[in-house]
Amino acid sequence: MAASSSRDNVAGPSGAKNARGMPALAPWLGVATLVLMVASLFMVFEYVPTEAEQGIVQRIFYFHVPCAWVAFAAFGLVAISGVFYLWLGDQIWDDLGYASAEIGMVFCTLVLITGSLWAKPIWGAWWTWDSRLTTTFILWLLYGGYLMLRAMADDTPEVARFGAVVGIVAALDVPVIIVSVRLWRTIHPAVLVTRQGGHGLEDPRMVATLLVATVAFTVMFAWLLMLRFAQLRLRTRMKELRRKLALAEASAGDL
Amino acid sequence: MQNFGYLFAAYSIIFALLFFYVMFIWRRQAGLEAELRALEARLKELGQSSSAASANSSRAGQ
Repeated sequence: MAASSSRDNVAGPSGAKNARGMPALAPWLGVATLVLMVASLFMVFEYVPTEAEQGIVQRIFYFHVPCAWVAFAAFGLVAISGVFYLWLGDQIWDDLGYASAEIGMVFCTLVLITGSLWAKPIWGAWWTWDSRLTTTFILWLLYGGYLMLRAMADDTPEVARFGAVVGIVAALDVPVIIVSVRLWRTIHPAVLVTRQGGHGLEDPRMVATLLVATVAFTVMFAWLLMLRFAQLRLRTRMKELRRKLALAEASAGDL
Repeated sequence: MQNFGYLFAAYSIIFALLFFYVMFIWRRQAGLEAELRALEARLKELGQSSSAASANSSRAGQ
């Protein structure tokens, strides 16, 4: 019965996970992501009016901003997980931070790429060393370093502790990015809260489209995080299983 | 439809990158499941051989 008991061990005792360690909620979040993404695309390309000055290229905004929101939320979660890991030393926090950093990196990359594709027709350049762009690029480099550290170094508690510290320090860049458009001279627009205190979206349909897209990306983030976190938990438990197997093999060799 | 190319490129890249990330998770899951099956098989094998060895030793003791 070794096989079934080890499988039960991997799946967890709660019964809320399947045999692969995946939470039962994961497929539902996947379906919700798909439905919300289709609704967002419909709103972006059919419902929302074309912006008067920038034309159709302004529609990049409706996915660019949610990508930034998800990246910031993911990196914020890395910092929170890092604090809990350093405090409690439980591997679960390290797995959560690692999963969140990976997803945050995907969305931060999308922010930089979509921003660049939006900048070219509007500013006439793919890239400019503007305060918001530069601080976002620094964030991307910091978490790129974090992920390289986790990928290259051994899976030890020391590396996890070092990763937690890097994750916390790197997340300090997120509030700097948010306030950068008001602190320094910049050509990046302050859309959600302008420098005059109002908001830059004049048409309520623009606000509705941005909200639906933001919800879609947030649900997608929850789904991806659930999948990746479950995988990392499975990997951690398999590491324990391998250790037990090595001990069992050694004792079998003694017989 | 001026600048449509930039809009098309932006949305294509978003969905392509997200698709590749989901594929990456899927493939890793398949790899982990294969490794889990191998570990389970090895554990089962060890369990059977240790129970056979203990049965032999008890028979020898009689």
